[in-house]
Amino acid sequence: MLRDITLGQYYPTDSVIHRLDPRVKLFGTLMFLISLFVADNFIGYIPAVIFLVTVITLSKVPFKYMVKGMRAILFLLLLSVVFNLFTIKGEVLVSFWKLSITKEGIKTAGFMAFRLSFLVIGSSIMTLTTTPNNLTDGLEKGMGFLKIFKVPVHEIAMMMSIALRFIPILVEETDKIMKAQIARGADFESGNLIKKAKSMVPLLVPLFVSAFRRANDLAMAMEARGYKGGAGRTKMKPLVYKSRDGISYLVIFAYFALMIVLRKLF
Amino acid sequence: MEIVKTENLTFEYIRRDEEDNVEGITTAVDNVSLSVEPGQFIAILGHNGSGKSTLAKHLNAILYPTEGTVWIDGNDTKDDSKLWTIRETAGMVFQNPDNQIIGQVVEEDVGFGPENMGVPTKEIWERVEESLKVVGMYEYRKSSPNRLSGGQKQRVSIAGVLAMHPKCIVLDEPTAMLDPVGRREVINAVRGLNDVEKITIILITHYMDEIVNADKVFVMDRGHIEMEGTPREIFSQVERLKELRLDVPQVTELAYILRQRGLPIPLGILTIDELTEALKKCR
Repeated sequence: MLRDITLGQYYPTDSVIHRLDPRVKLFGTLMFLISLFVADNFIGYIPAVIFLVTVITLSKVPFKYMVKGMRAILFLLLLSVVFNLFTIKGEVLVSFWKLSITKEGIKTAGFMAFRLSFLVIGSSIMTLTTTPNNLTDGLEKGMGFLKIFKVPVHEIAMMMSIALRFIPILVEETDKIMKAQIARGADFESGNLIKKAKSMVPLLVPLFVSAFRRANDLAMAMEARGYKGGAGRTKMKPLVYKSRDGISYLVIFAYFALMIVLRKLF
Repeated sequence: MEIVKTENLTFEYIRRDEEDNVEGITTAVDNVSLSVEPGQFIAILGHNGSGKSTLAKHLNAILYPTEGTVWIDGNDTKDDSKLWTIRETAGMVFQNPDNQIIGQVVEEDVGFGPENMGVPTKEIWERVEESLKVVGMYEYRKSSPNRLSGGQKQRVSIAGVLAMHPKCIVLDEPTAMLDPVGRREVINAVRGLNDVEKITIILITHYMDEIVNADKVFVMDRGHIEMEGTPREIFSQVERLKELRLDVPQVTELAYILRQRGLPIPLGILTIDELTEALKKCR
């Protein structure tokens, strides 16, 4: 069962969006997120809605998967709506006790809700359509220019992909240690949250010890197989731009330009 | 020329306390000289703590000798400029299959070595396919390593080393963590490499039945090489092996006991067939 856990929230299917180069998707997501802050009124959001709906349709990922991501920020969303609703000053519509709801308040609250949900949906499209592996590759290549500033891009990407490889192994190991301790009378189930958290401590120590041992072994195995960092390394699956990636870049730029124009006009 | 040669190789583990004072010195490998010819199947036997794994790590320049010299295909392992050549010449397979697989997909893992060597993309694919076919894991090339059995994972590790086209492969107890089925799979794959691909094999193990087909066996104890010879020569000395806390294969042991009881059976019986033949002659 534990072997089947999928990381991130990749939704496996075959679509144009899935096949896009991860660099395009990273760049597109970034531009989309920025564009949400460029727009400052509801008319400005019309292209954003069209853009998002088109991408969702193309990605063939069921809409409910996107909404799942919303659950995590539901509290934040409500909080910002409530705050905006009551704190913005202006033309008073309803008022009770010391609180009053203004026309401007409703407008801003609605706007914030829109912006936040678009942010979440926009970024979850990327994680839903890109495998973690692909994403790491994209980051490594797309962020390559940071090497000038001495950022160890390759090393970070390598760490990410190794972490991804070892998560299922460590999860399985946690399960094993837990069972071994339950067999000797440990109790992970009962008690309040603090007590449960405390009972996890004896679990962490053996897990850390074993993780370090694994890291040591792995480093040795990597060296034995000639790993000497990113320099002089070739790729088995290099990222190559195809024509669809070029078109996507054009679409992203066109969309971003439109957003700026709309802001200037209205 | 010898593919692997060591001369008076000595390695000491130095234990230090918190203030960096030397607490004790353990000599893991003590004055070992051996040489291996290309294409040979060599087995190194030894009980836990006999220094066999430490010796193995010297052959891939992971450890450097405290004293003495190791040459891999004529290159001194202490020579830093030859480090990567040495690691490409002598590949290494470790004990724990989980801790040596780097890729998230089988084929990516096998491609890791060639990627490090800077092999062009097209050739990496050729090498990956070829290596996976040799160890019989080709149909699993798209699987996640987490879904494979221990024996399969270990065969993937072997393929990963094979894709670097080494002249010699050092296997450090590759079967220690496997079940009997997995052990057989791995040993058969290793034998195939030696027979078909003519790759020099150095197999480090404490399972006796894995070394029956070796060309030469070294038995290590407390850092020394205690015995050296063909499997038959080694297994003729059952008493000596027992002194070194090593078991002999069951057939050999049975033949040995029968011989002690007075049956005219020759020394160093290695297979069931040999014993049946010898027993037939007794009638």
